[in-house]
Amino acid sequence: MVAIRTKPDPQTYTFPGFGTEKFPNLMLRGAGDLDNWHLKVYEQKHEGYAALKKALKMEPVAVTEEVKASGLRGRGGAGFPAGLKWSFMPKDTPERKFTRYLVCNGDEGEPGTFKDRVILEYNPHQLIEGMIIGGWAMQCQLGFVYIRGEFLWLIEKLEAAIQQARDAGYLGKNIMGTGWDYDILVHRGAGAYICGEETALLNSLEGRRGEPRVKPPFPAAKGAFGQPTTINNVETLAAVPPILRMGGAEYAKIGSPKNSGTRIFGVSGHVKRPGIYELPMGTPLNFLVEELAGGSGTGRKIKAIIPGGASCPMLDEKDFDVPMDFDNLKARGSMGGSGGVIVMDEDTCIVQATLRLIRFYAHESCGQCTPCREGCNWMEMILHRIEHGQGRMEDLDLLAGLTPRIGMRTLCPLGDAACGPMDSALQKFRHEFEHHILHKTCYAKGARLLSSVGAH
Amino acid sequence: MNHPQPPETSPEPLAPGQRLPESEVKEFSPEALAEIQAIMARYPDKLAATLPALHIAQREFGFISLSAMRAVAKAIGIPEGHVFGVATFYTMYQKAPVGRYHFQVCTNISCALKGAAQLLEKVCEKTGVKPGQGPSPDGMWSVEEVECLAGCSMGPCIQVNHDVYDELVDEQKLVEVMEACKRGEYRPWAH
Repeated sequence: MVAIRTKPDPQTYTFPGFGTEKFPNLMLRGAGDLDNWHLKVYEQKHEGYAALKKALKMEPVAVTEEVKASGLRGRGGAGFPAGLKWSFMPKDTPERKFTRYLVCNGDEGEPGTFKDRVILEYNPHQLIEGMIIGGWAMQCQLGFVYIRGEFLWLIEKLEAAIQQARDAGYLGKNIMGTGWDYDILVHRGAGAYICGEETALLNSLEGRRGEPRVKPPFPAAKGAFGQPTTINNVETLAAVPPILRMGGAEYAKIGSPKNSGTRIFGVSGHVKRPGIYELPMGTPLNFLVEELAGGSGTGRKIKAIIPGGASCPMLDEKDFDVPMDFDNLKARGSMGGSGGVIVMDEDTCIVQATLRLIRFYAHESCGQCTPCREGCNWMEMILHRIEHGQGRMEDLDLLAGLTPRIGMRTLCPLGDAACGPMDSALQKFRHEFEHHILHKTCYAKGARLLSSVGAH
Repeated sequence: MNHPQPPETSPEPLAPGQRLPESEVKEFSPEALAEIQAIMARYPDKLAATLPALHIAQREFGFISLSAMRAVAKAIGIPEGHVFGVATFYTMYQKAPVGRYHFQVCTNISCALKGAAQLLEKVCEKTGVKPGQGPSPDGMWSVEEVECLAGCSMGPCIQVNHDVYDELVDEQKLVEVMEACKRGEYRPWAH
């Protein structure tokens, strides 16, 4: 049974000036239009599959070079240059032929992030085209799209779109007369945030528990089913067709130095117009929050912003002018992450917000590495007791002493991700924690963030 | 495999040492078996069919009981222990019965800023069930608190079975959704 969503969603995907040279529209073409996912619409209105036709006439190595020239950095969180990642894949030699896989990471689970969902909903063919181009560049035999299990309706839509591409001859045997065979499989996850980590995703794809692997060997040497594999985010792969269409050098001119291109930012929380905004990298945070999202929606001052999804350290007022790209955010002590901007106003209790985030990491830790499994749980328990008026002043030093024992001591970055919000909250809003301990009540006067009925 | 059987999952906690009687053996329908066979053929390794087969089992049997896990292991031809491990790792495989309409309420940070905690309490009040307590006596409702559903800008959002409601769910919208469930307008949990 195929259920294609017919219910429009309540958000807008555009703003005045969007689609002009200053704010190019590369990823959100046709967003908001529920019929946009059809192959015909994509081909007629959005230069669909033009990039693929161009790429198939080029040498695979030349396609990788083009992506390298574009300076595209991975949109999943780490910001690793995509072209460089592609070039790590081993090439066939006369002695040895490889089976290579391309995996698309659509396990969008980071709280505050909802960009991949928009691409899958309105522009699945751009992702499929990007996956075919990536497959050609690395000469892969099979592509996998790993999508979180909750997105059942998007999986059905993507499968229908892939079938359209198959019927049009863009997938299957001997694609467009090149003699190259390639197909895409959709794999449904089952609700585990950790599967967004690339090696955990590979384990999940192979039918195992989603536990990250020891690296090395890196996936480019030994990935899915023991074969060389490249894993890219949905947004990274969907950015490939525009790069091929306009040329890598042209794409590199968009955005800020070393952080080229556009990025989809999702704004949520206490703003007037929460939603999806595609902006060139390096756009200042306060332009996004104040101008586009309309500033505080509650009439109260904005206190803290998480600039790139829940794992990124919070920013306070003095950093609201930061240009939103990987390097600038890193310089301010935060991260580019996955582009989910969470805005909190003055009345938000930071202790509750931190507890909610740490509870998430404690719940989602796969349990493999002791620092993360135990550390996140202890942080949750200590925060819980502070929140419930049983905290002690030395708890704050205990928390501050815990994070260096978790961060960088685990196989995957989930432990580090839990430390980001914890450390930054403690550094920037220590007075709220102290108020909680001394007065046994919140410093802020806003609504509760934690429900009184049971947790997981 | 001769090791002692772990207890069948139950909404009531078991006393130490207490074991539930072995539930009836679950068998896949021929169509479901054919579907699993087709999935196994698509992957380079049949083990990769574990997750899809568990999804099919959940659709067929309503939830992943021990006997459902055994049926999956038998259908793919892999050790039962592997399937137990996978099924208990992932949160979307329900290890206890759920209602005909399973409400998943996101209470993570973005939704919480928009009142998800209060919404979860409202859902519990309207349906009369609490998270993790199994379905309501009439078998209609069950409630689960979940992590981010990727509807952050439009939160608080809930997912009912397989359909997501992200349009700023308030009390009125919740009542509408529940009425539509009663009229049977949505995809039921096991379809």
